Amino acid sequence: MLPKFQLAEPGSIDEALELMKDEVDRPILMGGGTNLLVDLRNRGKAAGRLAWLGRIPELRRIEVTKDRVVLGARTTITDLLRRAELETAGPSLLHSARMFAGHMIRNAATVGGNICYGSPAADVVPPLLSLDAELTLASPSGQRSIPLQEFLTGYKATARRPDEILTSIGWPRPPAGAANMFHKLGLRKGDAITVIGVAVTIAVENGHCSLARIALGAVAPTVLRAKGAERLLEGERLTSAVIAEAARHAAQVCRPIDDLRASADYRRHTVEVLVRRLVARAWEQACVAHPRDRSAIRATGG
Amino acid sequence: MVIEKQVTFIVNGRRHKVGLPAHRTLLEALRDLGYVEVKCGCEKGDCGACAVLLDGEAVDACLTLAWQADGAALTTVRGLAKPGMEHPLHTAFIQTGAVQCGYCIPGMIIAAKALLEEHPDPTDEEIRRGLSGNLCRCTGYVQIFAAIRSAAVALRSEGELT
Repeated sequence: MLPKFQLAEPGSIDEALELMKDEVDRPILMGGGTNLLVDLRNRGKAAGRLAWLGRIPELRRIEVTKDRVVLGARTTITDLLRRAELETAGPSLLHSARMFAGHMIRNAATVGGNICYGSPAADVVPPLLSLDAELTLASPSGQRSIPLQEFLTGYKATARRPDEILTSIGWPRPPAGAANMFHKLGLRKGDAITVIGVAVTIAVENGHCSLARIALGAVAPTVLRAKGAERLLEGERLTSAVIAEAARHAAQVCRPIDDLRASADYRRHTVEVLVRRLVARAWEQACVAHPRDRSAIRATGG
Repeated sequence: MVIEKQVTFIVNGRRHKVGLPAHRTLLEALRDLGYVEVKCGCEKGDCGACAVLLDGEAVDACLTLAWQADGAALTTVRGLAKPGMEHPLHTAFIQTGAVQCGYCIPGMIIAAKALLEEHPDPTDEEIRRGLSGNLCRCTGYVQIFAAIRSAAVALRSEGELT
């Protein structure tokens, strides 16, 4: 049984913001409820008030234009799977959606909820970081945008202010010559919490890596970017030696924990292996996508 | 103070209007109304025993508030066919021996129904993904996969006839 609570069902963002003005009885926001309701059940004590955002149509949308993608924050994981354009506009995100929990959870869980919950194992977050995603938050006093990276401030902690609602998530479409991919290591393929999640973007120009993004999930209190490793790749021709060095660097910035799914040592070791493999694969794919740079593939030595 | 709301939904074609507090789950509400084929398993969205169709989408009733279903059409495993009739999924699960203790089956068949709506001729990978939120601790899934493949054939030939 769930503990007692009141439930508001705002029908618009304005109605929801009106509720957020109430400092005394400010509601806990609920997207799909797949984390929140489980937590409330475990906690067992009365929860005051929730606000379910599921009756606000404008929060559930996917806009794909020539150069940008925007998701309403209450877009579900299943909604992502039904948008074929994401195959090129957000391939790593689409891949993570396929690996996300189980079928019924994918129907309920939302992209915005997965971000705002602040879990380091959140499956949509490494892909969105690798895509340079930006969040838009609304509050009774206005609206602001913040890079996803700055939003993640700690374990289950975010930069969302108490009266703010995450309304949308946007990112620039990856350029034609870029490869963007995700790998989830779990104990099973389905219905599994991530042991390590790695998302990578590699763009190539004139035989050199023009842009590198490496995002790591479940290996630190927040999902994080391996910026040092990215800098080792950018501007370089990605030989296996360069990739191996960047992967070592990425493993060094992790601060993993021991838990029932894996030891910290295993995570540190394996994150290096996964980064190395994923960057090599992304480099190869980016070079193939960029015909002039096909000759660069040979540099990696397979 | 607990505030109740009049919630209206249709279950297996039958309309219900009930006063419910906000913290009542759809699972509790359905079982209280007598739909005890909807099973309570893990209560945290892992096992899928409580799966029902909500406006055609499979949801875990344990993680859905009854208020969220206000105005919706719900289908349980009993509602897939007319009363007293078998749906091809029911027949296939019985004939292939896909049922042992049976506790997971109502949710399993609901997930299978959603799967076959989206993929009428599913690959094994699609079946795996479709059942990724349903746990069975008896069968090892082999006969469940066989049942779904067999139901898919039956449903496709039914579709061709009509």
